[in-house]
Order: sequence, then C-alpha cells, then structure tokens
Amino acid sequence: MKTRVFWLLIFTLVIAMGCGGASRDDNTLIVWHWMTDRHAAFEELAARYEAQTGVKVRFELYAPSDIYSQKIIAAAQARTLPDIFGILDKKKVVAAFIESGFVLDLQSYFAADERAWERRLFPKAMSVNRFEAKNSYGIAPGIYGVPIDVTNIQMIYNKKLLKKAGIAKIPQTFDEFLEMAKLLRIHGISGLVSGWGEMWMIDCFASNYAFNIMGQDKVMATFRGEVPYTDADWIKVLDVFRRLRDAGALAQGIVTKANKYAEQDFALGRAAFAFNGSWCVNVYDDMNPDLDYAVMMPPLVNPQRPMSIWGGAGSSFHVLATSPNKDMAVAFLKWLTAEDQQTFLAERTKNLPANRYAAKTVHPVLAAFAANMDHTTHPTIWPVNEQFVVTEVFDKGIQAIIIGERTPQEVALEVQKVKQREMEKRRLRARP
Amino acid sequence: MNSLAQKKSGLYNLRDKSENFLFILPAVAIFAIFYIYPFYKIFNLSLHEWNGISLNPTFIGLANFQELLRDKIWWSSMGHAAYITLMALTFQNTLAFALALACDREIRLKRFYRVVFFLPPVLSEIVVGLIWRWILDAGIQNGQQLGLLNHLLSSTGLPHLVNNWLSNPQTALTTIALVHSWKGFGWGFIMLLAGLQTIDHQLYEAARVDGAGPWSVFKNVTLPMMIPVILVVVILTILGSMQVFVLILAMVSQGLVYHTEVPVTRILAAMTSSGRFGYACAMGVMFGAILVAVSFAMKTLTDRMKQL
Repeated sequence: MKTRVFWLLIFTLVIAMGCGGASRDDNTLIVWHWMTDRHAAFEELAARYEAQTGVKVRFELYAPSDIYSQKIIAAAQARTLPDIFGILDKKKVVAAFIESGFVLDLQSYFAADERAWERRLFPKAMSVNRFEAKNSYGIAPGIYGVPIDVTNIQMIYNKKLLKKAGIAKIPQTFDEFLEMAKLLRIHGISGLVSGWGEMWMIDCFASNYAFNIMGQDKVMATFRGEVPYTDADWIKVLDVFRRLRDAGALAQGIVTKANKYAEQDFALGRAAFAFNGSWCVNVYDDMNPDLDYAVMMPPLVNPQRPMSIWGGAGSSFHVLATSPNKDMAVAFLKWLTAEDQQTFLAERTKNLPANRYAAKTVHPVLAAFAANMDHTTHPTIWPVNEQFVVTEVFDKGIQAIIIGERTPQEVALEVQKVKQREMEKRRLRARP
Repeated sequence: MNSLAQKKSGLYNLRDKSENFLFILPAVAIFAIFYIYPFYKIFNLSLHEWNGISLNPTFIGLANFQELLRDKIWWSSMGHAAYITLMALTFQNTLAFALALACDREIRLKRFYRVVFFLPPVLSEIVVGLIWRWILDAGIQNGQQLGLLNHLLSSTGLPHLVNNWLSNPQTALTTIALVHSWKGFGWGFIMLLAGLQTIDHQLYEAARVDGAGPWSVFKNVTLPMMIPVILVVVILTILGSMQVFVLILAMVSQGLVYHTEVPVTRILAAMTSSGRFGYACAMGVMFGAILVAVSFAMKTLTDRMKQL
C-alpha cells in the first residue's frame, strides 16, 4: 500500500511540475504570426539577424488566421503572449489588447533620431497603428505597432478575356462597367468575382461606394446615428448591388464564395474582373503564372467625388509591454522594416513593403497597387466605426439584394430599424 | 481496553477512507478541472459583458439571456438546426437502416459495401464540404457548367433543373442537410448493422416456421429487437446534427443571408466578429441546456419503450 501511495505522490508531483511555465533563453525573441506565405522568408531573415547581432529570433507560425486570432486571445487570458505578436483583427480588438496592458507604446522609439524610423514607412501604414488624441476607444495617444507590409483592395481585370469580348478600354464609370458586363455575358464570360461569402469583403466593396457617393463625413455621421440608412445616398449604395445583379455582372454563387475560391476562379480565367487585395499577386502567381492581368480602381458611380479604397498596413507586429526583452524586440522590428529586409520580403513574398524606399523594385502589378496607396482608407483609422450587429444586417441585406430576395429600400429600412434599436440599447447602458 | 480497541478501529477506518479518497483524487481533480470548472466558467461569463481580452468583465446579470430570448436570428438558427436534424433522422437513418438490413443478408461483396458505406463518416467535414462544393458549383465557363451535378443535368437533357444549389434560399439549407445526411449515414449504418447481427437467427427461423412473411418478420422480430439500438442512433443523430457547422462553413462560407445559420455559427459570429464573448457564452449555455433537455426526453422515451 505504501509503495502505491508513494508512486501516486510522485505522479502528482510530476503532473504539478508539468504545469509550470517553460524556461526561456534571455537572448531569444519569440514572434507569433499567421502568415504561412511569409514564414520561410521570416526564418531566413531571422538567421541573418542572428548572424549580425547574435540575437536569436524564433518565428512561430499558427495558421489559419482565425485559429491564430483565437490563440492570441487565449494567450492574453493566460498571460503567455510572446515578445512580438500580430493582432489580426479590428481596431476595437487591438484597443482591448492595449487597454489590458499587453501592447507597448512605441511613440518614443519612433520619435528618436528626428523620426527617422517613422519617415521610412508609408504614412497610411503607420496610421493603422496610431491612436490619436481623444480617440473613440479611450486609448492613450501613441503608436502601438510596426507595419511590415502594406496592402490595398482594388479591381483586377483579365486582359485576355476583355480582348476576347472586344473590350479595348477599361471602364471608368459604373455605367460603363455594367455595359461591359453585358458584353462579356454575350461572349459567355462571367463579369465580377469576389469572396462575398465573407462579410468583410462585401462591406469593403459597399464602403468604397458609400465614400464615392456621399463622402466620408456623411458615412461617419451615419455611424454616429445622425443620418439614417434610409437616406437617398445609402439607397444608392445598396442599389449598386441591384444594378450589378440586374446587369448579370456577378459570377454565379458569389454570395457564398469564400475569397480563396474567387481567387481560383479569376486565376483560371472564369471571370473577367475580380475585387481583391494586393496579396493576390502572390496567390495568382502560384495558381496560374501565365495569367495576364492588371489593376484598376473600382469604377465611379459619382464622378464628382474620388473613390476611396480600403488599404493601409497589411500586417503589423506589436511588442509585448511586459516582455523583459522589449528593447531587443523593438530593435529587431526596426531592422526588419529597414530597406534591405523589406526589399527581400517584397521580392520573396510579392507583398507591398511598408518601407517606401523598398517599394521601388516590386512586381509591376504590385507597383500599380502601390500607386493608389494615397487613395486608401480603412475602418481602423476612421474616427468612429459602425456596431457589428448593424454591419451584419447591412452586409446580409446586400446578399439578399444580390439573390433577389429584397429591394435596396427594404434592406435600408431593416438596417435603420436595427441601428435605432442598438442606439437605444447603448443609451440605456450609458445611464448611471 | 474496549474503548482503546474502538479508538484503533476508528483510526483504521479514517486511514482507510483517506487512502480511498487519495486514490480517487486524480479522477476527481481531472473531472473538476476539465468538466466542472469550464462549465462554471462559461455560465459565469454568460452573466458578464466581456470582449474576450479585458481583465475586468462587467457583470450584467441575466441581460444576455434576456437579449437572447428576443434574438429572432438565434431562434431561426435553432429552427434551421432542427430542420437539418429532422432530415438526418428521417432520410439519413432510413437509408442507414435499409443498407444495414441489406448487408446483414448473405449477399455478394458484403464486406466491400460495408467499407464503402463507412467511408463518408471517416472523411473530415471540411473535405466533404469542399468535395460537395465542387459537385454543386454553379459557375459557368465557355458555356459549360463547372459543377458536376449541373453538368450532368444539362448534358442529360435536364437543363431546366440546373440550379444555384448553395446560393438559392429555396435549396441551400436542404442541400446542406442532404450532404450532412450523406456524411453521417455511415455511423448509423455500422451501429444498426452491429445491432442486427446480435439478433438470434433462431427467432427468424421460428417466425418463418409459424408462417410469417418478410414484412411480418421485420415488424414483429427485427424492429422490436432493434429498438434500443435505434434509440441510441436517434440520440446521437440529434446531438450530432444540432451541432453541425464545419460543413456549413466549408460549403457556404459565412452563410447565405441568414438562411444557413445554425446555433454554432451564431456562437462563432458572436465571439469572432462582434467580440461579445459573454453573449456567446449565454448562447452556449442555452444551447447546451436545450440539448440536455432533448437527451433527457429521449432517455425517458427509451426507458418507456424498454418497459413496453
């Protein structure tokens, strides 16, 4: 009996020891990320950094991206975040990480040497990581992340298919685009394909046209509850999707298509136009290296106002505020965003570099994407964001318009109803 | 002397009990850590407004549950899960039972069929979803249907039946339910076949000697003997079908409007898209309670059937 009790105690002790945290090397930085396509390049850069400085950098890949997002939330709860990590989520989530004391404010590091580090990077990429004074999240003003690449989302067209349909000039206005879609249809070619089974992609397309039709101020006023969704301009935004449907401009099954399938369709020449981000250069190159394509801005509904596209920092890294190696982590990120490393990353991964000097030598399609960086905007830099519940009803409403289930007016009414309900709920919660 | 003996015996009892307790301690600890604590934590979080990251969730009492009771999309998602379950209970289990009956007889290639019928459940739901997505694709290239089903329909003189199966609100949920049934019937098949093989063949022979025909044998011998197995299959089908979601994500991504929403996709959306972990936990608690209630109802039914 005594022997059994002894072994039981040993077993309990072993289990208890196993629950302890793993020991770590003081000269090693741990980086968590989700970028499958960039992992090999990161590892190569880590080896170079170790050779230059003696500091070991261990990149740990957790994919796919939704699993990664859950992992960092779980790690935050368990206080086991690494020295450097990315937050692949909305600004609201980034703000929650900052508020809970997990993210280091890099303002002082960027301000050093007369802002030399900051001036090397695209301003649009920096703004994603910046929290201005009096921001709506209540976060202390500062710069809380380092962009490692930039991205934007535009329209892409297949040159061969347009030529086949006898189209020589790319559309500038939305009406021209619809006419072209009809022409393509006559030739048995699908018009536009995109991953509109993913709500954020529908939201991105709709937001482009909301900015084009009514401008940023009115969009923000709507989010604040000052302009109703039943306003004529919002009906016009929703009507864009009805018009696309009526012209037969959308690929079959677009509303349930994940973006990877939409990318496959475009790469295999099943649609003449795609709505996709600059990361597509890498994807298309893998799927069909012979694909002959180019980039264009989404055609304008309102020629009086410019088109604003979603863009900014593609991926950013944050430094753990409580890391004992935080200075070492910042030094590594500074090195990673220097011209040589950024050029290497851009060449290897076909992503737009965050360093403006490294963007000169990229793939021609990427250069075309980069040319429109000045027209980018993103929910993460807007002064106010719409509540998720309202956005969900709006995006699902667009799906309903595309499948012919609802009219733009019906969707607008429904969205406004939800908006009012949510605002009322907020008002009640704000009461002392 | 007597009291000393009593004392000693009491000490022995105490020691004996503490030793017994020590032996069950690991099991109790594991059960408490991995079952009781998570359940308590989820229930506790359902009473809070929490974004999943903040260190201080705000206590809001039963507000999440009150909101959930009024959430029409949540209840319609429950309806969709119930529809998928109903399809699985009828179509999937009837098919499983019919095939199990066929394979229980002396037929050629019996083992081959058993392996083939058990293949779909072995495949991952993601793989099944992707395969069926390709089969049901509604895309067209150079006038040719890209999806296998639509291609077959158009090339066999049935072009009027060509459909956008997953993007049409009339067909999307039924299509998902049928694919789910296709994926799941193998489990029912194996369990029902195992049940059929436990029935004593002398019972069949006796029934035939008494002049019973095939239908009478099935109704009076096979079915009554199979009731316990059928009820287990029914409970497992309900629990499995109500919780379907990977297949839905693989087939229709984030869903077709709200036509393909089920409770688990709503929980996922509350956690990942809106960051409302407290609300998601409330959904989880309510959904769990409903499933437990259904399981208890089925258990009661099983006991009554056994008595009969």
